[in-house]
Amino acid sequence: MESVITGKAYVLGDNIDTDQIIPAHFLSYNPADPAERKYFGMYALSGVPEAQAGLPKGHTRFVPENHFKSEYTIVIGGKNFGCGSSREHAPLALALAGIKCVIAEFYARIFFRNSVNGGYVVPLESKDSLVGKIRTGDELEVHVTEQYLLNKTTNHRHDLQPLGDVLPIVEAGGIFTYAKKAGMLR
Amino acid sequence: MPGMTMTEKILAKHAGKGRVEPGENIWVNIDLLMTHDVCGPGTIGIFYEQFGKNAKVWNPNKVVIIPDHYIFTADLKCHRNVQILRDFVKQQGIKYYYDPDFVTMEPTMPTPYKDPTKTRYKGVCHKALPEEGHVRPGEILLGTDSHTCTAGAFGQFATGIGNTDAGFVLGTGKLWMKVPPTMKFVFHGEIPPYLTAKDLILAVIGQIGVDGATYRSMYFAGEGIGSLTLEDRMTLTNMAIEAGGKNGVCDVDEKTLRYVRARSNVASWEVVRDDADAEYFATYEWDLAKMEPMVAKPHSPDNKDTARNCENVAVDRAYLGSCTGGKITDMIFAANILNGRRVKIPTFVVPGSTEVHADMKQLNLRGMPKGANEKSIEEALQDAGCTMGPSGCAACLGGPADTFGRLQAAEVCISTTNRNFPGRMGGKNASVYLASPLTVAASALTGRVTDPREFISGRIETGEAGVV
Repeated sequence: MESVITGKAYVLGDNIDTDQIIPAHFLSYNPADPAERKYFGMYALSGVPEAQAGLPKGHTRFVPENHFKSEYTIVIGGKNFGCGSSREHAPLALALAGIKCVIAEFYARIFFRNSVNGGYVVPLESKDSLVGKIRTGDELEVHVTEQYLLNKTTNHRHDLQPLGDVLPIVEAGGIFTYAKKAGMLR
Repeated sequence: MPGMTMTEKILAKHAGKGRVEPGENIWVNIDLLMTHDVCGPGTIGIFYEQFGKNAKVWNPNKVVIIPDHYIFTADLKCHRNVQILRDFVKQQGIKYYYDPDFVTMEPTMPTPYKDPTKTRYKGVCHKALPEEGHVRPGEILLGTDSHTCTAGAFGQFATGIGNTDAGFVLGTGKLWMKVPPTMKFVFHGEIPPYLTAKDLILAVIGQIGVDGATYRSMYFAGEGIGSLTLEDRMTLTNMAIEAGGKNGVCDVDEKTLRYVRARSNVASWEVVRDDADAEYFATYEWDLAKMEPMVAKPHSPDNKDTARNCENVAVDRAYLGSCTGGKITDMIFAANILNGRRVKIPTFVVPGSTEVHADMKQLNLRGMPKGANEKSIEEALQDAGCTMGPSGCAACLGGPADTFGRLQAAEVCISTTNRNFPGRMGGKNASVYLASPLTVAASALTGRVTDPREFISGRIETGEAGVV
């Protein structure tokens, strides 16, 4: 786990469900196949309606057409981020597109587990909603262990919630490395 | 010390503890792991990557694989994903696998089963699990699908997990869990003929919101739940996830035991109940006599309204299907509204399982074996102008572009399925109204959102359908 994550923000609203993060018709790609896996990056967040894509303006593509990587590093969301299906393709798609952490008010349970246990993105929670306070394209500096973020574009500081119980799994990089460190797996 | 809830007792027992508290992190032993064609290949990849290429699953009799998502499509990648499951089943000696035996490695649309009783293919996993005897009170079921919570209707702990968690379970038979606090939803009275469990769960989600039960267990109680069939209870627990719930449970009663005795492939199970002094995070109560047919308007399952308030909304198509609304009792509810009438808009029907499909051919509108001069459920729906597709998840989650019933353009659909977030049923400019099979059928007749009371004269009997 990186203790400081820097990069551009991509801002979304409330209830961003897994169909918006990676639409169901792309789930025929096999995430276990390296040649197919990269397409999850290409289509990450392609299900978000145009008007809500990259707030406050909207109509901002997350990944440029025919590219596998996004110019953004941090996703900002509102309430209930990652609700909907259990597809692990969702945090995987964000990670493959280059996202290192998501900062939302709170998460749907399975998306949070998948992000932590698969070691894809760090799912951080803000103390209050950052949608409307941070704009898509703002340069952020996220201090994961010190639980705050600095918006270098506006010079504002926002406090984050502690990772709590899952911190050791996030630090280990996922449930398998965590279980090996803890002596549960050889 | 206060008493414990059903969920707490089941988790405690599987952690080897006498007692657990909400919020506690525990490692539990898993009774059954289910996966399918969309999340199976990724899960299998993680399992071999982490445990080695010669690794063996913890118990080949406790892994159930049910392909159901992308079966009827020409997309070769989807057929390849089924083949990955077949290879894994062979390598590991998996006992319970339900093969879509008509799927080949050709880039063409598979020819569906002709007779639903003569294929190994079962259709939607959450419907097939209880049908095939994999669901019992007191057990823990994990599945790589968010609607795995459906099985809680049988008094067990069931929840959805991702590929990494499932890969971990495949190798170890264990997983860490945070014990959820329980929310109790009590329904008084008996279910009236114009309501189904879909109206109840839409009322619950509409009241507490799509995040109202996040990280919590949802316990559906009261004599109102007792008055529901097992299939209708499955509709309640199925949509626990739409309120963010970790799991949903119903009490075990004689109806549950009758179903499980007739179907379970394991001879014994343990019935677990909430203690009288169990503590709840919150309790909500409803009187069934005062409830109305409900819809969830676009684009969220908690955007509740009554069907009556939406009667000026024109709809372009209707859809009956999925783990939520494609069970045999759902089909009987819809067929009784549509019988002898004509739909006004394209209406797509997808049986939730091949057993449902077989029952639609064999049973009459009261859920009893049909006589020589009686219409089957399928005939009643087809005569009304509905288009039938083969069993599977189909357009509930959009799927590949050639999926049966998929929304392609800015259409408005009224559907018995479970989610209506943007793009859920295909096109991201489409709008979906979620409703009961009664309301969907009534709306199919008028071309606008319609309260089914316009078409209901008395109780719709479902007989033994979907039980034994």
